[in-house]
Amino acid sequence: MNYSIIKRTLGWLLIFEAVFMLVPTLTAVVYSEWDTLWGILASIGACLLVGVLFLIGKTDNVSVYAKEGMVIVVSSWVILSLFGALPFWLTREIPSYIDALFEAVSGFTTTGATIFVGGSTADGYLDLPKSLLMWRSFTHWVGGMGVLVFIMAFLPLSGARNMHIMKAESPGPIVGKLVPKVRTTAKILYAIYFGLTVLEFIFLVCGKMPAFDALNTAFATAGTGGFSIKVDGFAGYSPYLQWVVTIFMLLFSINFNSYFLILCKKVKDAFNLEVRTFLGIVTAAIVMITINVYVTACAAYEYTFSEALRHSAFSVASVISTTGFVTENFDLWPTFSRTILVMIMFIGACAGSTGGGIKVSRVIVLYKGAKHEMKRVLHPKQIKKISMDGHIVEHEVVRNTTAYLVTFIILFVVSLLVVSLDPAVLGASNNAIVTNFTAVAATINNIGPGLDAVGPVGNFAFYSWWSKLVFIFDMLAGRLELFPMLVLFSPTTWRKN
Amino acid sequence: MKIVIIGCSRVGNSLAEKLCADGNTVTVVDTQASKVETITNRCDVMGVVGNGATHTVQREAGVAAADLLIAVTDSDELNLLCCVIAKKEGKCQTIARVKNPEYSKETAYLKEQMGLAMVINPEYAAAEEIARVLRFPAASKIEPFAKGKVELVKFKLAQGSKLAGMSIKEMAMKYHPDVLVCTIERGDEAHIASGDFVFEEKDVVSIVGTPKHANEFFQKIQYAGNTIKNALVVGGGVITHYLCELLEHSNISLKVIEKDYKTCEELCTRWQKTDVIHGDPFDRELLQEEGIKKAGAFVALSNVDEENILLSLFAQEFHSGKLITKINRDDYDSVVNRLDLETVICPINITADSILRLVRATRNAKGSNVETLYNMIPGEVEAAEFIIKEKSPIAGRPLSELKFKKGVLIASISRGGEVIIPRGQDVIMAGDTVVIVSKHLRLEDATDILR
Repeated sequence: MNYSIIKRTLGWLLIFEAVFMLVPTLTAVVYSEWDTLWGILASIGACLLVGVLFLIGKTDNVSVYAKEGMVIVVSSWVILSLFGALPFWLTREIPSYIDALFEAVSGFTTTGATIFVGGSTADGYLDLPKSLLMWRSFTHWVGGMGVLVFIMAFLPLSGARNMHIMKAESPGPIVGKLVPKVRTTAKILYAIYFGLTVLEFIFLVCGKMPAFDALNTAFATAGTGGFSIKVDGFAGYSPYLQWVVTIFMLLFSINFNSYFLILCKKVKDAFNLEVRTFLGIVTAAIVMITINVYVTACAAYEYTFSEALRHSAFSVASVISTTGFVTENFDLWPTFSRTILVMIMFIGACAGSTGGGIKVSRVIVLYKGAKHEMKRVLHPKQIKKISMDGHIVEHEVVRNTTAYLVTFIILFVVSLLVVSLDPAVLGASNNAIVTNFTAVAATINNIGPGLDAVGPVGNFAFYSWWSKLVFIFDMLAGRLELFPMLVLFSPTTWRKN
Repeated sequence: MKIVIIGCSRVGNSLAEKLCADGNTVTVVDTQASKVETITNRCDVMGVVGNGATHTVQREAGVAAADLLIAVTDSDELNLLCCVIAKKEGKCQTIARVKNPEYSKETAYLKEQMGLAMVINPEYAAAEEIARVLRFPAASKIEPFAKGKVELVKFKLAQGSKLAGMSIKEMAMKYHPDVLVCTIERGDEAHIASGDFVFEEKDVVSIVGTPKHANEFFQKIQYAGNTIKNALVVGGGVITHYLCELLEHSNISLKVIEKDYKTCEELCTRWQKTDVIHGDPFDRELLQEEGIKKAGAFVALSNVDEENILLSLFAQEFHSGKLITKINRDDYDSVVNRLDLETVICPINITADSILRLVRATRNAKGSNVETLYNMIPGEVEAAEFIIKEKSPIAGRPLSELKFKKGVLIASISRGGEVIIPRGQDVIMAGDTVVIVSKHLRLEDATDILR
């Protein structure tokens, strides 16, 4: 194990995190939040101090193999979260460090699940300093495209073998490069990401959203995060703004390679099988839920058709993109609609996007693999390769995807078992199993809200500290696609030779 | 530069690694996904899986925007097809690997008719290098310069050499050589020759001159082992074929030991002058019987690296002549270097170097006047070829009157097919091609060397 390159990368990571924290610092200055400013500056100091300590000493060996790549990515995300929690904790806005860490991990992994139970200010904002609201949203933006990919765009980390880092951090079964150089690829990805974020900001400001709200919303949508700065989520904004966010949530959950292809004027290639399937699932879900909630109107909600369409489109986009914004309390909707929402929770966004979940491309590979196996029952000697968009999906990828699903299920079951030991949930929810099940699903898939006690109007505060640790683990595992996180806890990774 | 490499064989891999390390943007193409995967994990290149001769795959690999396409699959025909299609798709230069002797005879025709920038043949290049070393046994490395008119010869001053303790000026007074001393490597330092420089034992000296003059120079300084009359070659592969062809009209006679009877028959039918021995090269008796002690050179060319190394070490015990060992993999060159085998030839490296030279020159040619660029001592000394323009401040005056920067040397002047090794009184004229050896890397124009 090459510890020196890991140390160096973590050092740079902390320096970059200190730079990221200038965003809340600036916000604190603009809104004259002097009490909060000290906590944030102290956090910056801590990042710089430890970062510089890590950077002391020479790194001769810059080779990163698969193992180092995994360890670098996981330890980066853990360190990023540990230090990212400091602003919440040092400003005493979130007194428990575990809670602050939960909030930070939820931010960086773009989950958007919150433990914040504070009240609301007079104008409907969460009762947190504006600078910390901004930090919460900004962690989404940083975590969305991947912080190491960001650093890679600026620093020559480890020369030729950066690919191992990029593979471990980027979501999806097949990670390819857009252009031959990893660094150029990272730059292009961030340029697209940045461009789309700016575009959304402009659309939101055009809809008369205050600049502070628009900036936060753009950050949270871009990372498909879902931290809301208002107590009532998105319900208070105009239908135009809700539609803008709906569309951008979907845009950010499409594979970024497609945007690159569109920029290269290869529009036909951009709409590949994954994107088409994704859009198909979204349309089907919206149509079913719209009709379902429109037809079965009751006392809890009563919509006109356009309202039904808007709310269901918003909720479907929010859940499948794993953002987690809410306009309506979908926990009150009929069972059929809620079931569909839980199902698309697991499907998630496209590979290579900022969204979470199992990913549409994996679902396609699994579906095609299962279909093929079924055929083999009838024709045992048949040989067939799975293909997507005319390209053969290698056997390795199919095997890896199957293993991914199995690992996913095991992690899900174990987490659910551990959390179900928590007595705290009984007092807080009507249906403990639904709460626990959707809480685990919402964290592992990086969505945010689940159903019942952790539903759109609930939060995660009532869980005991060890349940929160399980959720923290699940969020990180979900964002980093399981294997890196689990590999870190495997003894073979740390064995001397 | 944007480069597409088709074929991830050993040559392709080695090229991708070197070109990538040199700062180029590289895309590799191969039909086998596992091969592509291996290389994309090792270097910062993009991989495309598919048949490189198809239009679709070439488009995916970005041939339209590429500057250079290198086709190095195992099939000559496929390589040529790749180049033809790439020519239609984009405006890139193309390089094809052609190893079949029947095609490689027609290299010039292929290059002209198909618009290829270069036809590479690692085996032929290796044979050429071996032939050069056999003709010039004193040298540890020989590189053709100025379109092959002059050669750059590197040699190491042995202990007790006549030149040791002599300055370059004194040496010139004593021997009046028709060659020019260019660079001297001492330990890790590189020096550009100047009159006052004093030679020491173990210096690696490089000289420039025509092959004939260089030979005379070695005779004058009584450098050991200056001509080779006969060479013992082990292995009758493709390189041996080419070597026979190259040395057919020279006065070096070859004796080939090959264990496969059929190969022996093929060899002796085609090359009547060559002695072919059918037998096991690992047979000590046989080697001694065939005169390993008296052979001027021992050349190990079997297909297995380990065999070549072992045979060379064995030969080292017996004979004092030249030792040449072919190695296919250069991954373990540190180990091979420790063995102190005199001359080690790696066909893939020779080819990779010549492609690298073309790439560098093309890259440099954008905005500069460099014709070709040689990496004489990596990272220290470069030799660049320039064509002198009309009214250039360099032209028209004797060299002794021009004020040059430090660490600069004019190594040769070619004028209408004639090569001049310059002296102080010589004059450069417009239209001449000059080779400038310099410690100032990346020269843009010949005038850059003036103070």
